[in-house]
Amino acid sequence: MTGAEELRVRTREFLAAHPPATTDRLDFLRAQFDAGLAWVHYPEGLGGLGAPRSLQGVVDAELAAAGAPDNDPRRNGIGLGMAAPTILKYGTEEQKQRFLKPLWTGEEVWCQLFSEPGAGSDLAGLATRAVREGDSWIVNGQKVWTSGAHNARWAILIARTDPTVPKHAGITYFLCDMTDPGVDVRPLRQITGEAEFNEVFLTDVRIPDAHRLGAVGDGWRVAQTTLNNERVAIGGMRLPREGGMIGKVAQTWRERPDLRTHDLHQRLLKLWVEAEVSRLTAERLRQQLVAGQPGPEGAGMKLAFARLNQEISGLEVELRGEEGLLYDDWTLRRPELVDFTGRDAGYRYLRAKGNSIEGGTSEVLLNIVAERVLGLPAEPRTDKDVAWKDLSR
Amino acid sequence: MSTQPDLLYSEEEEALRAAVRDLLTDHCAPADVIARVETDAPHDRALWKSLAEGMGLAGLLVPEDRGGQGASHREVAVVLEELGRAVAPVPYLTSAVVATEALLACGDADLLAALASGRTIGALAVGLHLAPGAAFTAVRVRDGLLHGELRGIADASVADVLLVPAEDGGLYAVDANAATITAQASLDLTRPVATVRLDGAPGRRLGDAEPAVRRALRAAAGLLASEQLGVADWALTETVRYLKERKQFNRPVGGFQALKHRLAQLWLEVVNLRAAARGAADALASGEDTDVIVSVAQAHAAPVAVHAAEEALQLHGGIGMTWEHPIHLYLKRAKADSIAYGTAGAHREALAARVDLQAP
Repeated sequence: MTGAEELRVRTREFLAAHPPATTDRLDFLRAQFDAGLAWVHYPEGLGGLGAPRSLQGVVDAELAAAGAPDNDPRRNGIGLGMAAPTILKYGTEEQKQRFLKPLWTGEEVWCQLFSEPGAGSDLAGLATRAVREGDSWIVNGQKVWTSGAHNARWAILIARTDPTVPKHAGITYFLCDMTDPGVDVRPLRQITGEAEFNEVFLTDVRIPDAHRLGAVGDGWRVAQTTLNNERVAIGGMRLPREGGMIGKVAQTWRERPDLRTHDLHQRLLKLWVEAEVSRLTAERLRQQLVAGQPGPEGAGMKLAFARLNQEISGLEVELRGEEGLLYDDWTLRRPELVDFTGRDAGYRYLRAKGNSIEGGTSEVLLNIVAERVLGLPAEPRTDKDVAWKDLSR
Repeated sequence: MSTQPDLLYSEEEEALRAAVRDLLTDHCAPADVIARVETDAPHDRALWKSLAEGMGLAGLLVPEDRGGQGASHREVAVVLEELGRAVAPVPYLTSAVVATEALLACGDADLLAALASGRTIGALAVGLHLAPGAAFTAVRVRDGLLHGELRGIADASVADVLLVPAEDGGLYAVDANAATITAQASLDLTRPVATVRLDGAPGRRLGDAEPAVRRALRAAAGLLASEQLGVADWALTETVRYLKERKQFNRPVGGFQALKHRLAQLWLEVVNLRAAARGAADALASGEDTDVIVSVAQAHAAPVAVHAAEEALQLHGGIGMTWEHPIHLYLKRAKADSIAYGTAGAHREALAARVDLQAP
């Protein structure tokens, strides 16, 4: 059951049995999951058919043509993009059965409790403590930059379970119930005026040991799966020409001849070329994945995406001249979705500043490329063989 | 824009790469290239013979029924990547691509077959710096004979036949022996330029010059990106290798973050260049969206290749400044390539009209 034609047939049979026009949206999505048509590359019984990932497009095309509802994937990007692959790889059978289905249908939205005020680029230095108490863990600490925490039902969480060993070895990975009374979510206002992120305070949060993902002390390795998927999700979107930020500024350029100057023209053309090359690079990466030849190129995509977004949005504010002095709205809001190309030029300029920080700073990503792709030596380290509790903070 | 270009390398293309790289590893060592470019005969004719006659690579763009191999720009691009990686002093781009494309536009069967065999080397007599669509110099025609001087003609000193645009709108084949060809001291030692002087030289009219020159220069600009990819990839690979070995302050220099970040940035530029170069090669082969992708690729490729060579020099330190080390060959090639077939700026200007981003 892996051929494109078989999948097309199976999808049509499913659509005949569950006509989108007369089927309740949630019932449809649950049935789609049970039929293995949610993410065909997942195993049977977990929403998939063990088919190649590239064949999902066949299913999605049939569903879209039939007017089927989708699972609104942007509402649960962290769940679908990061929590799910990690649960699939490290979860027990019970965990996979319990969590993957409502995650995929969007009934349960997920957030990520990783970064802390004292653990940003050095995430492994995190200080949130989880202490074993019978069949549970008691968690205390503070997390930050948690997008969507105010909408989330569950969180992926890493916490320190052993401070007496070196930092990477004393971390454990948990699935945290966001309705626990010890979870306090507070909006964190950003330079855009919005609060798309949160601070999350954890006070005596009780997590059953059954919600531990992977072995005690193995959380750092488990978290790598989450983080690698995050970078793919952020940098790997497929776009048509002028599909991203460059499309906005090109449109403004065409509509507003009064704003044009020679200097802006030169800079716009340079960025247009870079955006188009970046799009070709993403397309090449996608073709490599489809052909089963994944290359290391993905590591660089987010770097390029961040720099381009920042430069293009900066140019657009300047292009707008007098209007560039204005801002659409500073009201504190808690948006459900993040749209890098949404709102006005000023918002896009400010929001793009986060692109080189969130999901790994550009500086850390350059280190990753240098060490893992180019094989250059790591910096000498002073924190490797020291117990976490003895590190300077 | 309905279909996406095929940006990967096929198995056959990888096999072709391996064969060309083997040949160049054995017969195009950097020290030999450095020694050769200072002689009166900077071009490596033996290597050309192996590539063209031995491997049949001069005829890749020519259909089989016209004496060629019937391949496409995709395969030519792979050959150019490897020639760029070796800064090989052979007239492949100028004869097997530029002159051959001009002849494909004019349809001269005998000359096309001669170039495809590699036994005859051709050169299109327009300046190497010209972008596709730029105005080019034409010679005078008097009593059926050609008169005039053309400058900056790449690889003319090794050509057997020159393809010369004339004022009557024709493109003429001129025997190199009927012209006075004088090598100019050139920035790029491995692709020298020359002046061509015609004092009543006989020529055979092949067809119209304008479409032939335009077609030739477009293919050249697009495929040059693959040569620039080869140059940049060599510079990155060689610099990474050296910085892992070179020790200062009791550690490999490549372990210092300031240098690691520069190399990672360069790697990213080369990754982007590979996608752009593959895009241009595929667009030339398919004929889809060609003008835009060629100009995108060339506008991107030129600064990346120059940056790669400049970074290689700086990060090698003093040894990079010596005549003995081959970096200067790559720097000179990269800088000359940034002018060849239109600067990045010329290609950006061309794009402005094509994608409707008009100047003020």
